[in-house]
Amino acid sequence: MNPSLERTSPSLERTRGALRSPITFSVLAGLLIGALFLLGSGANPVTAYEAVLTGSLGADGIGSTLSTGTSVLGMALALAIPLRAGLINLGGDGQMVLGGITAAVTGLYAPLPAPLTVVIALLAGMAAGASYAALAALCENHLGVPLLVSSLLLSYPAVSLASYLARYPLKEPGSSLPQTRAMPDGVALPAFGDSTVTVGLILIVLAAAAYWFADRRTAFGYEIRMTGLNARFSAYAGVERRGLTLKLMSVSGALAGLVGAIGVLSFPYRFVDGSLTAPGYTWTGLTAALLATAAPIGTVISSFFFAVLQVGGLAMERTTEVPRELTQVLQAIVIVFLAARLRFPGRRLDRRKEAV
Amino acid sequence: MFLDSDLLMSALRALTPILLAALGGAICERAGVFNIGLEGMMLMGCFTSVATSWFTGSAWLGVLAAALAAAAYSLILAVGAVTLRGDAVVLGVAMNLLAVGLTGFLLRTVFGVQGTFDDPSLAGLPLAGGFTPLTYLSWAAVAVATVMLSRHVWGLRLRGVGEAPDAAATLGVSPAGYKYGAILLSGVLCGLAGAQLALGNVTLFTENMTAGRGWIAVVAVMLGRAAPIGVLLAALLFGLAEAAGFRLQGLGLPQQATDAAPYVVTLGALFLTTARRRRRTRPTGAAS
Repeated sequence: MNPSLERTSPSLERTRGALRSPITFSVLAGLLIGALFLLGSGANPVTAYEAVLTGSLGADGIGSTLSTGTSVLGMALALAIPLRAGLINLGGDGQMVLGGITAAVTGLYAPLPAPLTVVIALLAGMAAGASYAALAALCENHLGVPLLVSSLLLSYPAVSLASYLARYPLKEPGSSLPQTRAMPDGVALPAFGDSTVTVGLILIVLAAAAYWFADRRTAFGYEIRMTGLNARFSAYAGVERRGLTLKLMSVSGALAGLVGAIGVLSFPYRFVDGSLTAPGYTWTGLTAALLATAAPIGTVISSFFFAVLQVGGLAMERTTEVPRELTQVLQAIVIVFLAARLRFPGRRLDRRKEAV
Repeated sequence: MFLDSDLLMSALRALTPILLAALGGAICERAGVFNIGLEGMMLMGCFTSVATSWFTGSAWLGVLAAALAAAAYSLILAVGAVTLRGDAVVLGVAMNLLAVGLTGFLLRTVFGVQGTFDDPSLAGLPLAGGFTPLTYLSWAAVAVATVMLSRHVWGLRLRGVGEAPDAAATLGVSPAGYKYGAILLSGVLCGLAGAQLALGNVTLFTENMTAGRGWIAVVAVMLGRAAPIGVLLAALLFGLAEAAGFRLQGLGLPQQATDAAPYVVTLGALFLTTARRRRRTRPTGAAS
């Protein structure tokens, strides 16, 4: 018997399974409800969705989609990695902004040649994000404050601190905008052509590849997945919970910090107060990670999907006059449907009980 | 004088929305539902109260509509987490996200503005003795919730459902029914919290105007161990931090520092209480 024939049937099974999966169902349900919203506000859903696609994937929009996608994928990875072990990091905003402001300070003041400064600024941004996220992990490990809450609450002072720095000590003299001075000449990530897409995209894609490799091929990745599937079993098998939380949060924060640093080292080459948090990369990233149940390749696909929605939303607003906030509604609806049908076992609700 | 009656008054005003939302969260917690969608439910209440108050000219109808809308919104959590047995945390996060998008969307489609809707003809809640009636209602709610949870049969059954759902079901108490009730009640309370924020503390709607207060309420539930009096004390702590922040801002402290103060204070309080509680329970609780 031909072995290749035998192999087609499981792959067919897999396709059928994917179509029946809660993920497909949630995305379709989200698009359907979005269409109802569009009808309700007097727009033609077909025209609107067409505008989303042409506006984000057409020649005018693809650059914007890829640069938005850089941040969305970066934040999605940052949230997916702990999520794989059942941990939710809600402090992405704070970690990203600290990474951004640290990169800005480094870029402005490091007395080094420009290319070296770029590297140092990226690393400094990652270190800042990682240590802040590690702080949230320590809060859970040693003070018993659930990670969900400690990471989120820590985010607010970080955002306030960065805002203060950009408005007072580091403010560009003479400017009315709350922003730092522009980076010195050459302290920037190289861009592709005259687009806003920078080498940052490659860095983030490399991070995604590393996550895929670690998840599939390493013992550490196996420990993470096992903890996500059954925390009690993995503890029994010798996985040290606190150490794992600390490591995963550090990696997560480093990625969030990297996104912030990339944001500062790309156009407009400075830290602008609110420009990192306003587009909601953290929440879009969380949505993308949840949609993909934190699987590496799925996270890349869902991040791209949401970047298309976010950028296409602007085009839709221009064509149909339906507010672009609709795309945020779409994202949330997808997750509501998904959350109701999918469960993340091992997301230790028993720990929460102890804290209450 | 730094600590005076003005400071206390503004602290009491600041704590009202937190207290109402946190009472809702505490009731859910007692019924065994972890509700972190408080922020989203509050935000829905904010928008509905402002929209209704503007169209009808009555702040009271605004309050009523906010309670109903947030209760309807809370059904997402009830159906998703109780009936479909979905993940309550993921649902709550999604509901918070959905509320930001939905209210932003409605703000632009209904009022055609972005960011803030602020109109002089918008009716706000009346004041009596410096507070809105919702503030007095929130104090009454603390008393009622205390009595219900500790004395009334409804409260005892609710706690039974939260602590041992199987045992409750065996005794003929429907866990799902009590959980639905608790979630809907938290919706009503969050709607009132939103109305207080948008028609009481100020008279306007701003995108994402809850700004983390729902999360503070979640923390207040933890700090107060889901007991109404405990929740009141925790909310008071936040109110004092916010009021003191405003005061310090007047004395020249940058706004960013005072913005962050309530979160830092809340987090600090959480550290202290959980650390103390842990030390006390370490011998038996070491298994975690």
